Amino acid sequence: MSLLTVKENMVMVNNGNIDIASSIANNNVVFDTKELNLWYGETHALKDINLKIKENEVTAIIGPSGCGKSTYLKTLNRMVELVPTVRTTGEISYKGQSILDKSFKVENLRTRVGMVFQKPNPFPKSIYDNIAYGPRIHGIRNKKILDEIVEKSLRGAYIWDEVKDRLKENAYGLSGGQQQRLCIARTLAIEPDVILMDEPTSALDPKSTLKIEDLVQELKKDYSIIIVTHNMQQAARISDRTAFFLDGEVVEFDVTDTIFTKPNDSRTEDYISGRFG
Amino acid sequence: MKYLNADQVTKRMDGRIAKNNILKMLFLLATIFGLIVLAILIYRVVVDSIGWIDWNFLTGRQSTDAERAGIMGALLGTLWMMLVVAPVTLILGIGTAIYLELYAKKGRLQAIIQTNISNLAGVPSIVYGILGLTIFVRAMEMGNIILAGGLTLSLLILPIVIVAAQEAIRAVPGFLSEASYGMGATKWQTIKNVILPAALPGMLTGAILALSRAIGETAPLTVIGIPALIIPFPEGIFDKFTALPMQIYYWTIDSSLVAEYANLAAGTIIVLLVLLFVLNSAAIFIRNKFQQRF
Ligand SMILES: Nc1ncnc2c1ncn2[C@@H]1O[C@H](COP(=O)(O)OP(=O)(O)OP(=O)(O)O)[C@@H](O)[C@H]1O
Ligand SMILES: [Mg+2]
Repeated sequence: MSLLTVKENMVMVNNGNIDIASSIANNNVVFDTKELNLWYGETHALKDINLKIKENEVTAIIGPSGCGKSTYLKTLNRMVELVPTVRTTGEISYKGQSILDKSFKVENLRTRVGMVFQKPNPFPKSIYDNIAYGPRIHGIRNKKILDEIVEKSLRGAYIWDEVKDRLKENAYGLSGGQQQRLCIARTLAIEPDVILMDEPTSALDPKSTLKIEDLVQELKKDYSIIIVTHNMQQAARISDRTAFFLDGEVVEFDVTDTIFTKPNDSRTEDYISGRFG
Repeated sequence: MKYLNADQVTKRMDGRIAKNNILKMLFLLATIFGLIVLAILIYRVVVDSIGWIDWNFLTGRQSTDAERAGIMGALLGTLWMMLVVAPVTLILGIGTAIYLELYAKKGRLQAIIQTNISNLAGVPSIVYGILGLTIFVRAMEMGNIILAGGLTLSLLILPIVIVAAQEAIRAVPGFLSEASYGMGATKWQTIKNVILPAALPGMLTGAILALSRAIGETAPLTVIGIPALIIPFPEGIFDKFTALPMQIYYWTIDSSLVAEYANLAAGTIIVLLVLLFVLNSAAIFIRNKFQQRF
């Protein structure tokens, strides 16, 4: 319990710092979403979304099941296009570039915006080859450089010590929590600016969950992180800002502290106090 | 309990368990029936061929004299033909499956193609013989050579190979390709590095099983005019040839003239069965050895 309180305090201190920074310059927005609408066939999954997501912050997305959290996350790296019936209107700009334009190369976007999925999904390859996958597809062949990237990424995800002696072993020999940190390391290996995380700890035990939360705190120094979570404490512990989604709309988006202590909208309050969802 | 009455549940329990046991017996009987028929078949073939499978039979040339006749020519014909069928069906089959599953837009056209492929898998093999005769033997003027026979059999099993390959692709978990796309891989990079390695064992097993069907096919070969008797061994895909099932077919028909031909046919069946056994073992080996675990 005491650990959590300390962490929450830490988050609030961080919030303070970043707020000062953001009030000075307004150009540190990574994703600017304007009037975004999305349909799966006839299902209107996202409605008039307007969100500005800031650099080097952790942004949490919360909301009841089916409200469009994953859908929104997947529009940010256009993974949602893998569903053939998807149709979008509106605009998302990533550092000033309009990414929903078909002319914007989706491969480019996904190299800048990495993703960690709900269920750990390593490739059925060795630990080494999992991490080297990204650099390799982007054309790095040099063994020495790959070795460096692999070590740096695994260290970055705090899993190096656990796997350094078994890099050639199959990734599916790792525990679920280790697999998820491996997947985070794999994302770090493409050196993205943003990391999207869709309920990255929902399949993990409390200890692995804490490890990943610590990791997120560490990573936000270098990356902007957007994390979907069903765990209110987690959102409160690790995020700087929180967006509350409901039925495909953003009900409220504010500094995490505000959302959890004095939300503007009664629906937000109902949700975080567990009255529905 | 509100909806479930404990007494009623207990009372019905015996009936439910009895029903389960009866069905188990029925399914067992169905299995035994098939096994018995198979056993009789193999028993008869083995009895008929005893004493006939010797070195001369395996390596000798064809002959009308039952004592001197050998099947080497037919065996080589079959093997050469497989050398045509295997690469043709693998390349065309896997290529088509990749296109249909991963590149083609899911729409009406794709659905029509899909239905047609599935239907083609059910077309009688003799129809493929007619197709082969028209296209390869006559229009392309190949004559009844190994290449023509191999291409005809390729057409025959192509639908099976395509459908098997499609199923293998569909069985690759979506979260693997998502991981690859999520790192900025192109579709082809994802196919090459993630989907194909995971799907290949399934594709190969499907293809090998289809190949073993092609090996036993007789009807299309009769239609394209493969001769009964041909003395020289085939030395390449442009040679005239005969094949194991043709040999079985003619020897069985002619056994009314020369009784020993029935024994030769039985011997050939054994050789064909061994060939099929080897192929199927290869399929199982590939599946176990290369299947990825996740
Ligand atoms: N591939 C799809 N095809 C059709 N509808 C979809 C698809 N994926 C999601 N939807 C619909 O879009 C809406 C939003 O789904 P989404 O997965 O974004 O919800 P979520 O907030 O992530 O829920 P959860 O918390 O359960 O993960 C839901 O109504 C869902 O049924
Ligand atoms: Mg979701």
